[in-house]
Amino acid sequence: MSDQSVVQHIPLPEGSIQKQTTTMNLGPTHPATHGVFQNVLELNGETIVDAEQTVGYIHRAFEKLAERRPLYQVTPITDRLNYCSSPINNMGWHMTCEKLLGVQTPKRVDYLRVIIMELARITDHLICNSIVGVDTGAFTGFLYVMQYRELVYEIYEEVCGSRLTTNIGRIGGFERDFNDIAFQKLEKFLKEYPVVLKEFENLFNRNRIFMERTQGGGAISAERALAYSFTGPNLRAAGVDYDVRVAKPYSSYEDFEFDIPVGTTGDNYDRFMVRNGEMWQSLRIIEQAYRKVQDMKGTENDVYHADVPEYYLPEKKDVYTKMEALIWHFKIIMGEIDIPKGEVYHAVEGGNGELGYYLISDGGRTPYRLHFRRPCFIYYQAYPELVKGSMLSDAIVTLSSLNLIAGELDA
Amino acid sequence: MALTNDTIKEQLNTKFGADQLQWDESSDILTVVIPRELNLKVLQFLFDEPALGFRFLTDLCAVHYPDNAGGELAVVYHLHNLVENVRLRLKLFAPIEKPDVYTASNIFAGANWMERETYDFFGVNFVGHPNLRRILNVDEMDYFPLRKEYPLEDQTRIDKDDEMFGRGGSYN
Repeated sequence: MSDQSVVQHIPLPEGSIQKQTTTMNLGPTHPATHGVFQNVLELNGETIVDAEQTVGYIHRAFEKLAERRPLYQVTPITDRLNYCSSPINNMGWHMTCEKLLGVQTPKRVDYLRVIIMELARITDHLICNSIVGVDTGAFTGFLYVMQYRELVYEIYEEVCGSRLTTNIGRIGGFERDFNDIAFQKLEKFLKEYPVVLKEFENLFNRNRIFMERTQGGGAISAERALAYSFTGPNLRAAGVDYDVRVAKPYSSYEDFEFDIPVGTTGDNYDRFMVRNGEMWQSLRIIEQAYRKVQDMKGTENDVYHADVPEYYLPEKKDVYTKMEALIWHFKIIMGEIDIPKGEVYHAVEGGNGELGYYLISDGGRTPYRLHFRRPCFIYYQAYPELVKGSMLSDAIVTLSSLNLIAGELDA
Repeated sequence: MALTNDTIKEQLNTKFGADQLQWDESSDILTVVIPRELNLKVLQFLFDEPALGFRFLTDLCAVHYPDNAGGELAVVYHLHNLVENVRLRLKLFAPIEKPDVYTASNIFAGANWMERETYDFFGVNFVGHPNLRRILNVDEMDYFPLRKEYPLEDQTRIDKDDEMFGRGGSYN
């Protein structure tokens, strides 16, 4: 921008205020923030000079709450972190517990988990990308793909009974086996979704207006992204191919073949493209996992949880007829199981990046300390750097392409 | 050359002296406890030394151990060498009366908010932090809620008036 700004040309009358910029609140309840957090923007005309964020509006003290809950009661807390992909959070938490307890899960459980986690990743990226579309003025794509998020939610419903805050799975596996309807819906999704995603891409990828609006805005270099501890699609858009699924495979991700899409400039358009690419890879993974599950024969095909009587609830019919099962049932529900001493850090690739669980147990019945590494919280601090010097309307696109989820921001 | 735990240990032991550092390999990630005043030097060394290259700060948080006299607050750094894909956990202990720890925000830009969060919940005073204010809690709060002396409410208490919580009075 030239020094000849309009503001400086206006001769201010004597005694008027000297401040030549405008302060504007974007949020906490602005529709463009898609969540409850505030940006105080300092504007020169429509150009952003400075920005400061306020977070914490929906802070719910999860880390404190977790300190008096037995392990299985922490799962519903993790739902409410990134609620666009809560199954990933649930699975990550179960795997953290399994790591601490030394539980080995059967292959079928791993593959079923992979199916659910990748479905969750698709819904997460789907929301983010279609919202980028909405913020650039294309509402059609958003409404068009939403029915497939609905289909994924119906699959969750078949598996665990709920849709948004899923509380899916248990320590050691799943609460029940996938039923036929779940698999039928999964087949329907695998058959129909690629067509929809292709059409969604046709709508945006080479759309001149969309490209003009997103390219070059909110860019970050790979060095700065690493300095800000970016992870996930936002880091990969800057050109760093770090993905927890590859760097430290969990839940048998090493059995699958998939690519890691990366960008080059780290701008809004690259973030959009990386997320789109990841949806295609997720579809590939789900197809492979589903085939592997289908190929399982005999007793292997019936397994849906590991044998961990201290943490996995016994079957209801056993609870009514067997004394041991009844005892375990009560002990688990009342949280009377002592957790072994230990300290683990486990990370999964969440919708927004490396979602880490740092769990310390002192041998009591609840975690001594549980810390969530929330990717959203960590990369949101780079926002002023991303938007300084850009126009207000570009800052809003940047906000949505970062995929900020208030639940994950505030814990 | 692959970066092994032995290399990390050897490099740090030679630089800072083996008696200054306590190593622990029993947990999932190689853990080292460092003296509180050395944290910046160690982090900078781990960052700069080409053979080590821990240039990614994964996570920063604190833990409160009320029984550990003189070092009640532990600050835990999770570092990651993304090239070699090796993780390292760095710990230091600070006394609760004067929990002064040098800020890492000059090495890692991302440490800024992580330290603010740690200050917010544990009161660790990060010396040299550009903007050490509360972040998730309200600014007027005058205590550090994740410390162990603040237990959650006893769920079995009966002295509460249920009517105030929308449950009617009939349960008392």
